[in-house]
Amino acid sequence: MKNIELRGLTHVYSRGTPFEKTAVDDLDLTIEAGRTVGLIGHTGSGKSTLISHLNALLKPTEGTVLLDGEDIFASKASIRSARFRVGVVFQYPEYQLFEETVFADIAYGPKNQKLDQAEVDRRVREAAAFVGLDEQYFDRSPLELSGGQKRRTAIAGVLAMEPEVLVLDEPTAGLDPAGREDLLDKLFSWKRARNATVILVTHDMSIAGRCDRLVVMEAGHIVLDGTPAEVFARSDRLLSTGLDLPPSAHIARLLREKGVPVPADVYTEDRLYEAVLTLWKRRKGGGAAC
Amino acid sequence: MDPVIRVENITYTYPDSERPALDGATLDVAPGSFVAVLGSNGSGKSTLAKHLNAILLPDGGRVLVKGMNTTHEEHLLAIRRCVGMVFQNPDNQIVANVVEDDVAFAPENLGVDPAEIRRRVDGALKQVGMYDFRLHAPHLLSGGQKQRVAIAGVLAMEPEVLVLDEPTAMLDPAGRREVISAVEALCRERGITVILITHHMDEAVRADRVVVMDRGRIVMDGAPADIFPQADRLRALGLAVPAATDLILRLNAAGMDLPVEALTPEACAAAIGEALA
Repeated sequence: MKNIELRGLTHVYSRGTPFEKTAVDDLDLTIEAGRTVGLIGHTGSGKSTLISHLNALLKPTEGTVLLDGEDIFASKASIRSARFRVGVVFQYPEYQLFEETVFADIAYGPKNQKLDQAEVDRRVREAAAFVGLDEQYFDRSPLELSGGQKRRTAIAGVLAMEPEVLVLDEPTAGLDPAGREDLLDKLFSWKRARNATVILVTHDMSIAGRCDRLVVMEAGHIVLDGTPAEVFARSDRLLSTGLDLPPSAHIARLLREKGVPVPADVYTEDRLYEAVLTLWKRRKGGGAAC
Repeated sequence: MDPVIRVENITYTYPDSERPALDGATLDVAPGSFVAVLGSNGSGKSTLAKHLNAILLPDGGRVLVKGMNTTHEEHLLAIRRCVGMVFQNPDNQIVANVVEDDVAFAPENLGVDPAEIRRRVDGALKQVGMYDFRLHAPHLLSGGQKQRVAIAGVLAMEPEVLVLDEPTAMLDPAGRREVISAVEALCRERGITVILITHHMDEAVRADRVVVMDRGRIVMDGAPADIFPQADRLRALGLAVPAATDLILRLNAAGMDLPVEALTPEACAAAIGEALA
């Protein structure tokens, strides 16, 4: 089922001024419901502009944004509905906490949805549990929390709206490696439990490797689109956009340059480990036979 | 050679906190060295960094910058000139509308002679590869370029030590490479002491020395080749191991005999290539 469709999406900033800049340029993209899509590209490639259209924060200069086949800009009601159905967590969301307590901050979205108190309550607890935020923090000021807890609070505030589509812009930036893995595991389990569509905007290629599909942007266009294995196999094109390969794909590429026959679609450490070990055993076996 | 920075058993607790952020941290930094500081969120890395140029003063113990105690107010200006700080978000560190004005901001405030300011600004921008952008507007630069301008602004003070607190956390891969290469060149070519706080293991492997913090203390300290093969210990501290090291440890456990000090993708691929040749 198609969930999101962008047709000829164009966004021009500061039109008619010397600073005019086309951030997204006649872009078509269809994202099916229930998928996890990684949106990657260097700073200024148009990723943030693109996602700001998905919940109607930005209006296209040209083109349409369809949610389940309906134009989200058709009416005030459809714009409002898109804001609830598509939850966007922007970069460093912990700077956007503003309520007096953690509970009130997470409850802000569902309250706006005019849900009754019992439902708001249930959603806040569930969202907090999903991100691993203990209820003992509910009555505290968000300002008293650590950086990691603030990030979790901000994400819980969006999850509590129970969006069908969850968009996260660099959700793990600034977290330590264990915190990064933990938050990703939690987001993926939330996604599975709700069968939601997830769009992850990231520079981190090991996060990109966990998506079903990768969409690579450059200068407002999509330049690569496919499974992680397909995208990472086109390492020259990917590197030319200023992005990196995941570390294992990078090592695999260097090995191929040395004539070691590691398949081009190897990008995880497990597969690289198996590929190298197989080659080594074969060589050892061959040596013993001589 | 005397350490340029000496941290002696310092403790520090934030005013609104019960738990100490620093709890007996001790560290000597040799002049001209490149030290990476690792640790999970909340381990005390940033708090330590803020003690190195007297933004914070220790509750107990002491910090000496070229022998000057950071708690002695008469040394404050000399300490701030000696130790420059660069933070995570370049947007919070840039003040002017033109790149070269931004870099000139600090020396102008110190009343440095205009000809000398010109020399310093040009030199600092050249050192980070931003000289061609000297007349540009900072807000139209990329993240990596902005961060290099922020570093140039600190270099214009001619510091001996550069402390960088996660300078690449907000940057894309190309921006990260630009900034780390610029920082490494400042150390290797100009002899500036670099203390780099990072969560990125691929940046830390380029240092001479890796210091790992946990709960306000320094718990591991050594050359990257000695620290990173201790994978279990690093993971227990919430840290990662460079992909190359992890792969080599697994392959060795399966019977291969690869050098564990091959920490970079290049070194790792070279070692595997040789073993399979």
